[in-house]
Amino acid sequence: MRDFSYLRADSVEAARNAAALPGAMLLAGGTTLIDLAKCGVAEPSTVIDISHIEGLDAIDVTADRAVIGALARMSHVADHTSVKSCFPAVSEALWQAASAQLRNMATVGGNLMQRTRCPYFRDPQNFPACNKRAHGSGCSAIGGATRGHAVLGVSEACIATYPGDLAVALVAFDAEVDLGGRKLKVEDFFLAPGATAEQEHDIRPGEVITAVEIPGSAAARRSTYIKVRDRQSYEFAAASAAVGLELEGDGRTVRDIRVALGGVATKPWRARAVEEALKGKAIDEATIRKASELAMEGAVDHGANHYKIALAPRVIARAILKLGETA
Amino acid sequence: MNDQVTISPTTLSLNLTINGQAHALEIEPRVTLLDALRERLHLTGTKKGCDQGQCGACTVHVDGERVLACLTLAAQVEGRSITTIEGLAGQDGTLHAVQAAFLDQDAFQCGYCTPGQIMSAVACIREGHAGSDEEIREYMAGNLCRCGAYPHIVAAIRQAAQELRS
Repeated sequence: MRDFSYLRADSVEAARNAAALPGAMLLAGGTTLIDLAKCGVAEPSTVIDISHIEGLDAIDVTADRAVIGALARMSHVADHTSVKSCFPAVSEALWQAASAQLRNMATVGGNLMQRTRCPYFRDPQNFPACNKRAHGSGCSAIGGATRGHAVLGVSEACIATYPGDLAVALVAFDAEVDLGGRKLKVEDFFLAPGATAEQEHDIRPGEVITAVEIPGSAAARRSTYIKVRDRQSYEFAAASAAVGLELEGDGRTVRDIRVALGGVATKPWRARAVEEALKGKAIDEATIRKASELAMEGAVDHGANHYKIALAPRVIARAILKLGETA
Repeated sequence: MNDQVTISPTTLSLNLTINGQAHALEIEPRVTLLDALRERLHLTGTKKGCDQGQCGACTVHVDGERVLACLTLAAQVEGRSITTIEGLAGQDGTLHAVQAAFLDQDAFQCGYCTPGQIMSAVACIREGHAGSDEEIREYMAGNLCRCGAYPHIVAAIRQAAQELRS
């Protein structure tokens, strides 16, 4: 790890000022930054420790919305009673992510800045070509081992999978990220690679995430996060789905449905075609399975990740069926 | 609003509180808590396995919560209270209930992952995540054991959780 200078910011304002310095990177839980510094991917000249800023870790949940401070730790949000009751998919996405130790360290703001686990991205010594690390340097994954790579939102520049879980649930429920001066939808905060794979987030120098806000809804209250992976725990998703469901009084007609996918796309992926196909419909298993296939419109595989195109709709269908059963 | 930042020189002077004792250190900002513990303070009970947040061998407690020392900068935990495996037993050498249960249940083979397993298990029980074998497995998933002592580790945690509850 290259050496850097260390600054401790005591306020958001101080963090903003320091974050605008060239080569500066913010340090919260450290689970991404220190890891990537060890890999030689992150080479900050200055590390700004924001983890000691007071008052930025509050979790405030009402019937209308949840406001989660950027420094709230993943474990605390996952175990929060009101998050569990009003936003079960958010709690489930969190406790199924990483390990207990990492969840005690990692913050909600830092989680949104988590980088891809693409093994080529993480290994600059052996794979100099990576458009995400260096614009225009090429992509080592295309034509390489692609079992974990994305099938949705890919480009000729990059097929790296967005690895996180929390943001998938946030995207499903129209959450916003608060950057102090401006707020934007979490869905828009994440950028698909296109021709500029190095730009993963709509965040500008000097901006600091201060909070995440999730609007409350009946669909959010009846929601779940299903994560399918190569081992039972402590693994990234092969495919995951955050789903929320609101039914009419008859208990079978869909009034509102939210579907988002993880593990298969270059960013947290909202599956609106599935939602539109099911809204106003009386649901049964066949209808659900047919609609879930629509999530894969436009999917492009690179050989070894072809299985994700079959897997993801099944994960969506399983989540909807689970919620339907709990009517 | 306070907009003070403290810019570090090449070397930081830190005061770390470890197992209730204050330690003064002069270190580079990039030094992790794990390297500070092992290489500077010679508290070698905390193990270095993968050194990249994947194995759990370096698990310690910061303000009572389990974290990975390999992904924590020493500078970041100045002002916090750190507990390592060396600080778990009583002053008179009486083992913590989890340490005793690991001996009872023969919950290790080579022993390299054991300090991390034990620190993680103590926190797992305290968090209330040791209610069933299934829950223990899920919440201990961040501690790998390449000898495969998992069934005995789960048994030890189940035993210690019962003892600590009663």
